[in-house]
Amino acid sequence: MKRQVIDKGVHSGFLLIALFSITALFLIVVFLFIEGIPILDHVSIKEFVFGKYWYPTDDPADFGILSLILGSICVTLLSGIMAIPLGVMTAVYLAEIASPKVAEIVKPIVELMASMPSVVIGFFGMVVVAPFIQQVFDIPVGLNMFNASLMLAFMAVPTICSISEDAIFSVPVALKEASFALGATHFETIVRVIIPASLSGICTAVILGLSRAIGETMVVLMAAGGAAMIPGSIFDPVRPLPASIAAEMAEAPFGGEHYHALFAIGIVLFVFTFMFNLLADYVSYKFRQVGEASL
Amino acid sequence: MIKQRLIVQKVCFSFLKIAALLNGAALAVILYFIISRGWRAISWEFLSQAPRDSMTAGGILPCIVGTMALCLVTIFVALPIGVASAIYLNEYASQGKLVRFIRLGINNLAGVPSIVFGLFGLAFFCIVLKMGVSAASGGLTLGIMTLPVIIGASEEALKSVPNTYREASLAMGASKWQTIRKVVLPVAFPGIITGSILGISRAAGETAPIMYTGAVFFTPDLPASILDEVMALPYHIYVLATAGTQIEATRHLQYGTALVLIVLVFGMNLSAIILRSKIRKNLRI
Repeated sequence: MKRQVIDKGVHSGFLLIALFSITALFLIVVFLFIEGIPILDHVSIKEFVFGKYWYPTDDPADFGILSLILGSICVTLLSGIMAIPLGVMTAVYLAEIASPKVAEIVKPIVELMASMPSVVIGFFGMVVVAPFIQQVFDIPVGLNMFNASLMLAFMAVPTICSISEDAIFSVPVALKEASFALGATHFETIVRVIIPASLSGICTAVILGLSRAIGETMVVLMAAGGAAMIPGSIFDPVRPLPASIAAEMAEAPFGGEHYHALFAIGIVLFVFTFMFNLLADYVSYKFRQVGEASL
Repeated sequence: MIKQRLIVQKVCFSFLKIAALLNGAALAVILYFIISRGWRAISWEFLSQAPRDSMTAGGILPCIVGTMALCLVTIFVALPIGVASAIYLNEYASQGKLVRFIRLGINNLAGVPSIVFGLFGLAFFCIVLKMGVSAASGGLTLGIMTLPVIIGASEEALKSVPNTYREASLAMGASKWQTIRKVVLPVAFPGIITGSILGISRAAGETAPIMYTGAVFFTPDLPASILDEVMALPYHIYVLATAGTQIEATRHLQYGTALVLIVLVFGMNLSAIILRSKIRKNLRI
């Protein structure tokens, strides 16, 4: 009897702790809104999101973050163009082609890539890649959208690769064998059977990789150049959303317009990644591979 | 015809191999530059002294100590909560709406950008809870950020414990809680530790969450209490590289600090990876 009471108590205790993550997420949203909404006393939502001018310290100040949003989107898309093929191809190689011995070496490499501190990657982009780009493409500044995207791609590849690899690895062997039995080569089997069967997992991987890239701060803070303008070419400097927050929080007086504006940027950034994550969750849940019949 | 198809296969496979090699090459290039330019800065003096002359000379001891202090707070927060959450999800919960809701929360927490954690830490820990810029605020912020990693790793470790262990224990008359405490957790323990090391190593390298919650440009003293502000390795790199007094002249210090940070993070990671492959081998027997 006593044991049952203890067991019940322990059960509820664990449930309470498990709810902590949700609570933390909820608190994050609440505080972003408490500190971010007051900016709407100064500008309308439309002016804030679609305003072209970001001069938060001028008098009167301009709080338009369109150039920051476009900067974030462009940097993320460009890094996606580099990271998605690389990540997915590496995943296919690891899951299908590499011998167990080679995979044993390559997998830790991918994991080490994932654990590389972002500030080191940003630093590398700043002191090594920037002068290199400047020389090769003969442009005035090496700190630009291309540089930041390249560095972001380095950070997105491990996410894309490891999640895609899991998806490819979990394709039922029977599907593969059936394809072989029909006379398809290994490569044809990969392209026509294995990739379609694991497509939902690969999509999830891509979404999460891009979500990581759009929220990454130090790399875009150090390597993207930091000019709050709408980029015209991939060699223009940009100032993505996270870089603005990180760079300006130190100089924004507590409780002032600028302070609230930076929290409002935080809301926009949170909405972006939250949508990415919901989408990833939806894709992986809705299109998950159930047995062999759903192909 | 079949010959042609096999040639196509061979060509495409080599592309895939090149893609995999490219990753290794990128990692190698970064490591090469950091190590070749950083190791000359490393000396006993560099590791054991505080920065001098407006951070243009001297060492990085306060940063190393600060990063360790932040990590300790992070472990203290994230490990118990993370493991307990994983126990609930894997041992108690039945599949249903509530579990799906909790998982959705964890997944989304994992996707929150690091700078947004920083904003939250600033508004909540520093200002509302009045902890100010301190190791406690920074560590708590990092702790919440690390939580999803530790939950994921602990769940995987718990899942790898064969069900027969649980059934045997229950059949002997043990209660569920006794089974978890005396049978499941000891078996899952190494896996949980491995995952936690991976989580903490990520926290050690993060900059954005601690920029406005825990780390400062410069403090001459080592932290005496958890409510003191600290210097931290990642933030120190950022400060020296972008806002230092002599950015070009202190390059060697920047590379040196980056090298120390990488050694710290990769050391933790490699030990975790090796530990994990050992565990996997043991489980197979």
